[in-house]
Amino acid sequence: MKEPALSDEEVARSAAPTATGGSPARGLHEPPERDMTDGGPDMVQFLAADGTRVPLTDVNSPYAAYLDELDEEAMRGMLRDLILVRRVDSEGFALQRQGELGLWPSLLGQEAAQVGPGRAMRPQDYAFPGYREHGVAWCKGVPPENLLGMFRGVNHGGWDSNENNFHLYTIVIGNQMLHAVGYAMGVQRDGDVATGDPERDTAVMAFTGDGGTSQGDYNEALVFAAVANAPVVFYVQNNHWAISEPNDRQFRVPPYRRADGFGFPGVRVDGNDVLASYAVSRAALERARGGEGPTLIEAFTYRMGAHTTSDDPTKYRISAEVDIWKKKDPIDRMRTYLLAEGIVDQAWLDGVEAEADELARRIRQACQTMPNPPHEEMFEHVYADAHPLVAREAAEFAAYQAGFED
Amino acid sequence: MPEFKLPDPGEGLVEATIIQWKVGVGDTVRTNDIVVEVETAKSLVELPIPWDGTVTQILAQEGQEVEVGTPIIVIDTGDGGGADAGTTPEDVTDAATAASDDLVPTPPADGGAGDGKPAREAVLVGYGAIESSTTRRRRRGAASAAEEAQDAAAPRRAKAAPPVRKYAKDKGVDLTQVTPSREDGVVTRADVDRFLAGGAASASAQHAAAEVAVPAEQGAATGQAAAPAGAPQASATPYQRPTLSRSGEREERTDVKGVTKMMAQAMVSSKFSAPHVTEFVTVDVTRTMELVERLKTDRSYGMTDVKVSPLLVLAKAMCLAVRRNPGMNAVWDEAAQQIVQRNYVNLGIAAATPRGLVVPNIKDADLMDLRQLAEALGDLVSTARAGRTQPADMSGGTITITNVGVFGVDTGTPIINPGESAIVAFGAVRRMPWVVQTDGVEQIVPRWVTQLAVSFDHRLIDGELGSMFLADLAALLEDPSRALVWG
Repeated sequence: MKEPALSDEEVARSAAPTATGGSPARGLHEPPERDMTDGGPDMVQFLAADGTRVPLTDVNSPYAAYLDELDEEAMRGMLRDLILVRRVDSEGFALQRQGELGLWPSLLGQEAAQVGPGRAMRPQDYAFPGYREHGVAWCKGVPPENLLGMFRGVNHGGWDSNENNFHLYTIVIGNQMLHAVGYAMGVQRDGDVATGDPERDTAVMAFTGDGGTSQGDYNEALVFAAVANAPVVFYVQNNHWAISEPNDRQFRVPPYRRADGFGFPGVRVDGNDVLASYAVSRAALERARGGEGPTLIEAFTYRMGAHTTSDDPTKYRISAEVDIWKKKDPIDRMRTYLLAEGIVDQAWLDGVEAEADELARRIRQACQTMPNPPHEEMFEHVYADAHPLVAREAAEFAAYQAGFED
Repeated sequence: MPEFKLPDPGEGLVEATIIQWKVGVGDTVRTNDIVVEVETAKSLVELPIPWDGTVTQILAQEGQEVEVGTPIIVIDTGDGGGADAGTTPEDVTDAATAASDDLVPTPPADGGAGDGKPAREAVLVGYGAIESSTTRRRRRGAASAAEEAQDAAAPRRAKAAPPVRKYAKDKGVDLTQVTPSREDGVVTRADVDRFLAGGAASASAQHAAAEVAVPAEQGAATGQAAAPAGAPQASATPYQRPTLSRSGEREERTDVKGVTKMMAQAMVSSKFSAPHVTEFVTVDVTRTMELVERLKTDRSYGMTDVKVSPLLVLAKAMCLAVRRNPGMNAVWDEAAQQIVQRNYVNLGIAAATPRGLVVPNIKDADLMDLRQLAEALGDLVSTARAGRTQPADMSGGTITITNVGVFGVDTGTPIINPGESAIVAFGAVRRMPWVVQTDGVEQIVPRWVTQLAVSFDHRLIDGELGSMFLADLAALLEDPSRALVWG
C-alpha cells in the first residue's frame, strides 16, 4: 500500500499542520500556520502535559522568578481553585440540562488559563470578562450562584461589578475590550499608575477568545491602549474554536504576534499550565501597574466541551482532536506535579473533592430556589437616573400586569 | 415524589424522542446521574437527573416522541412527599426579591412552598419562553370590560386570519359586515362564503344539502344475489369464501419522525433533483473470495484479528476506481452552478440500524491501507448497530456503498445519498454456473458470482464515465491483483 499508515492522532495533526511541522504542500490560500495541538517554540511553559517541570529556557526563564515566590500553600490553592471551578462548571452544565438554566457556556479545559490570571490579579485590579470566565470570577470572589442567576434569567447581570472589581459578563463578542481600555485610561487619569505603592497601582485585565480577535472592537481597543500606554493586559484565551470556526478562519498570524503591529509586547503561554499562566500574567500586570503600558497574552488552550449547551461540536470537529487535548488536561498535570513533589497527598485531594461536592450542592440548591424577580425590576437599571420614557413604559407594563386575574 | 420533566436541552426545541433509558424502575440514582438519552432535532443529548433517590416510574417509552415539559420519570427522593424545597424546584414568591436589587435573590424564609400559587413550570427554560408565559392568562373582569368598551368606541376592525382577509378582499367583501360564527369573533372563510350566499343559507340547510343519497340496497352485495342467472352450472357447489379472522388492528399508523423522517426527506430530495441512471454488471468474484479467505486465515497478512469480508475488498476497490475515475467523486452544486471535485474519498456505508437507515462514512478512506479500512469499517458498523452514529459521522460523504447482498438479494437501483453523485449496490455473492475458458476450451464451472449496480447523477456523470467506473470496479473484484497495478 503506497499511503503511509496513519494513526488517528496523525490524521488530526496532518489536518492541522503545526508551526514547526508545517504542511509540505501549502497552497497559496492556506493559512501560513495552523496550530491545533502544538503551541510552537515561543510558548511559555513550566509544567509539561505529563506533570513534570519543564527545564528553564530562554523562553520561560524571564518568568521563573514569579514561581519562586509561590509557597506550597499557594500551589495547593491553585489546584483547589482548578478543581472547584471545574465542579462549578459541570454543575452549571447539568442544571441547564435539567431545565434550570437557559444556557451555560462551559469552560471545561480552560480552568488553568483562567485561574492563572485570576490569582495573579490584585484586589484593586479590574477584570473585564466575556461570558466564559467563570474561573476568573471565582478567583475575584464572585459567588458562583451569581453566575447561575444570570444564565437563569432572573437578573440582568448577576453581581455588582465594583464589589469584586469584576465587570459584568459581556455577551457581545469583544465589546469588553473597549470598556477595559476606557477603564484603564480612567485609572491613568486617577493617577493610580506607577506610584510605587503596591496597594494603589492598578491594572486592568480584558478577557476574550480567539474569535474575539476578529472583531473591530478588539482591534480598536488595542490601538487606543497602545497610543495611551494604558495599564491594561489583553488576555486572549485561544481555545481554537470560535463556535464552529477554527483558528485558520480567524487569523493568519497568531494573536500574540499581532501585538507587535500595535506596538506592545505579546506572549504566548500554555493556557493548560496554571503555573505558566500565572507567571506570565503576573509579569504583564506588573508592567501595566508600573506605567509601562499594555501587554497581549495569548493563552494557548482548548475548549473541551461545546461552545454552549446549545451547541453540538461533533458536527464540526473530529474526536481525535479532542482526544489529543484530553492528554493535556490542566488539572491532571497540576495534580500529578504536586503529588510527585509531596505538596499534596491523597487525603488532601479527598478533602477538596468533598469540598467540591458541598459547593455543588450549595449552588444547585441556590439555583433551584431562586425566585422570579418582580416585573418592575427589568425597568430599574436601564438608566442610572429616572427617565421619563422608561417610567412611562414601566407604568404601562404594571397596568397591563394588574389586568390579569391570577 | 418529584417528576422530572423533559427540559429544552438546546435553544427553543419543543420536542425530543426518547432513545434509551439508562435506568429502570427500582434503580437508585444520584444527583446528575445520566438517566436517559434523547434525540432532538439537533443531536443526541444525555439528560442528568436533579435528585438523589429511587426510580419509581418511567413515564415515556423508548422511541416515544415527547413534548418539552412532559414528565418522563418519577423519583422517590425518600422524603415522602418530595416537598423539600432544597431539592425540588418549587415556586417562590416574587415579593421576596424586591429588596435584592440585581444580586442573587434570597429565598424567602418559609422555603417558598406556600402561597397557594400553582408550581412554576420549572424545567421549561430555554431561549424560548417558559410555558407559563405562552399560555394566556385570564384578564380581570373589570379590565376586560373596560377594554371592550374601548373596543366599542373605536372603529370596529374585524378579526380574521390573513388568508381569509385576502379571500374577502378578492371577493369584494367588507369583513366588518360579516357575522362571525365562531365564539371568539374571528371571521372564517365559511363565514365569508355564507355572506356571499346572501346569508340565506343557514348552517343546518347547508348540512342537509351535503347529505347525498347513500346506497340503500345493502342486500345486493351479499350472498343470495351472487349466482347470476346465466352462469354455467357445471360445478355443483359454488365458490364459498372461507371464513377468515384476523386478530389485531387492520391498519396501524406510525408518526414519521427521527431517522425515518430524515431518510424520507433525503431520498425525495435526491431522487427528484438528481436525474438517476443505474447500470449493472455481473461479475465472477471467485478470486476476491479466495483473497478474503487468505486474509482471514494466513497470519502473515496481519489481518486475522480484524473483520475481513467481500465488502472490505469492495470498499478498497471503490477508492481505487474513484482514483481512476475522479469524476464519480464530484458533486453538483445547484446554488453555485458549479461542479465540486472532491480530492478525498469519504466512503459512505448504508447501514440498517435499530433507529433506521443511516449512512455514516469513513473519512479519508482513500488514504487508508486495507487494515486501517477494516478497522474503520468495523468501528462504523458497530457504532451504527449500537445506534450511536453521530451527525458528524454522517456528514461529508462523497460516495456510498449499499450492501443489499446481506439480505440475499441480487441487486437494486439505489438512490444517491444527497451531497454525493454515485452509489454502488453490492448484491449477494452466490455459487453460479459460469463459462470459463481454460486452454482454449470453454467449460461451465461453478464460480462465486455477484452483481454490482451503480446509480449516478447524470447531470455531471455521463454514461461513459459511469460505465468505466463500474467496469473498473468489476475488474478489481474479478481480479484483485489489479490493485497492485492501479493502486
